[in-house]
Amino acid sequence: MAKITFEEPDGKLHTVDMAGGQSVMEGAVKAMVAGIDADCGGACSCATCMVYVAAEWEGKLPAKQSDEKQMLEFCPHVQPNSRLTCQIPVTDALDGLTVKIPPSQH
Amino acid sequence: MLESLVIVGAGQAAAQLIASLAQDGFAGSVTLVGDEPYLPYQRPPLSKKFLAGELAFDRLYVRPAAFYEKAGTRLMLGTTVGRIDRQDKTVVLADGSRLPYSTLVLATGSRARTIPLPGADREGVYFLRTIADVEALRAQFQPGKSLVVVGGGYIGLELAAVAAKQGLKVTVLEQAPRVMGRGVGPVVSRFYERLHREEGVDVRTGVAVCGIEPGHVVCTDGNHPADLILIGAGAVPNVELAQEAGLVVEDGITVDAQCRTSDPSIYAIGDCTVQHHALFDRRLRLESVHNALEQGRIAAAAITGKPAPALQVPWFWSDQYDVKLQMVGLSAGHDAAVVRGNPDEGRSFAVFYLRQGMLLAVDAVNRAPEFMMSKQLIAERAKLDPARLRDERVAVKELKG
Repeated sequence: MAKITFEEPDGKLHTVDMAGGQSVMEGAVKAMVAGIDADCGGACSCATCMVYVAAEWEGKLPAKQSDEKQMLEFCPHVQPNSRLTCQIPVTDALDGLTVKIPPSQH
Repeated sequence: MLESLVIVGAGQAAAQLIASLAQDGFAGSVTLVGDEPYLPYQRPPLSKKFLAGELAFDRLYVRPAAFYEKAGTRLMLGTTVGRIDRQDKTVVLADGSRLPYSTLVLATGSRARTIPLPGADREGVYFLRTIADVEALRAQFQPGKSLVVVGGGYIGLELAAVAAKQGLKVTVLEQAPRVMGRGVGPVVSRFYERLHREEGVDVRTGVAVCGIEPGHVVCTDGNHPADLILIGAGAVPNVELAQEAGLVVEDGITVDAQCRTSDPSIYAIGDCTVQHHALFDRRLRLESVHNALEQGRIAAAAITGKPAPALQVPWFWSDQYDVKLQMVGLSAGHDAAVVRGNPDEGRSFAVFYLRQGMLLAVDAVNRAPEFMMSKQLIAERAKLDPARLRDERVAVKELKG
């Protein structure tokens, strides 16, 4: 289990308890977090589940694989701290993670 | 009186519609009628990770049951619709019961195309469209068995890839001169034929299937032994309800830019529709997740009186082995196909389709940067220089010139 907080573009916070065995994207979609579109359902094909990761968490997440790196390269609204939530499995180590949702996934 | 909205068909378009209606503040009641006994689920993994056993059943669901409860959606799953009574604004179920609507949304999707082959109704012949189809097929997936795939489209080839990985002996029979001919250009088809051969699949093109007999498939090039046969002959839109109700139907249910059918109180979304696409100035029937989601959002905006979401460029994907194919735009009408990278070696290249220099579409094979970049360039109707596209020394971000 991990408590993960999503900050919407207008500053509204949405904290979700997520069980393991799924990705952060799946946990967010189930909890109806607005702004995580996840069009491809987790195939790392669409880059519409992008978030900005708080600085103190950047080094604690599993490293980006080449799929994710390539998708992020030309993702709209991308920043150096962008991650695709479909590529981050939920683990206990993510407890307390805070991410920010971009203004749009397109 | 509050609006009562009925959705017929419980696929991804319907799930997106319900989510978008909730977001857009729809205040009426929503009833979802689906003939399969499941909550809306994702079909793409059926021929990929779900078939391979890498994705659990409950991860197919687009949204959990709690979502529909919270949204106040009345679920009528495992329920078949008999007809639409437009005069009475009522959906008549197969059992005769009646569901009145003020707004009706048809999200009836498409079904696997059957082919009139002698023996096609034999045991051991499968289709792949639903969870039930995969469960039936997967029970027969044992190493050493012979699988013949009739039809070298996305479904057939994705299934062939999973089967080959699991140690089945796989033959793919495609009637056309090349595989995936409807979706990609010839360079990409040739690549996929090589890819499958490298992975041990016997790919035959230009071969007509004459019939199915016990233990083998009879073809113009001889008999192919088969313990299992998968027919992957494309999809047919489910338009019958609309047709019988007298709505305008072409190759799908005709809808306007807001996904409204010829009856202003009936919308249609997803695979079952035909819609004019402003960017390509053509009427299109798109069988894709992206289109289902888009039209779900468009219809929700129209129903709630919100501004329509910005038009997006259609895109598609297919995963086979370690190769990710991402396609964006539509190549019809192109006068140049420019290849970046080497399709004859390795597993990474992209093909750009241009008309008078304007980018129409891209097929990207393990080339996510080219795909992502092109999404934007196609929407902008960008003109590109073929010589620069071809030249890998020009970085992707410099392609725009």
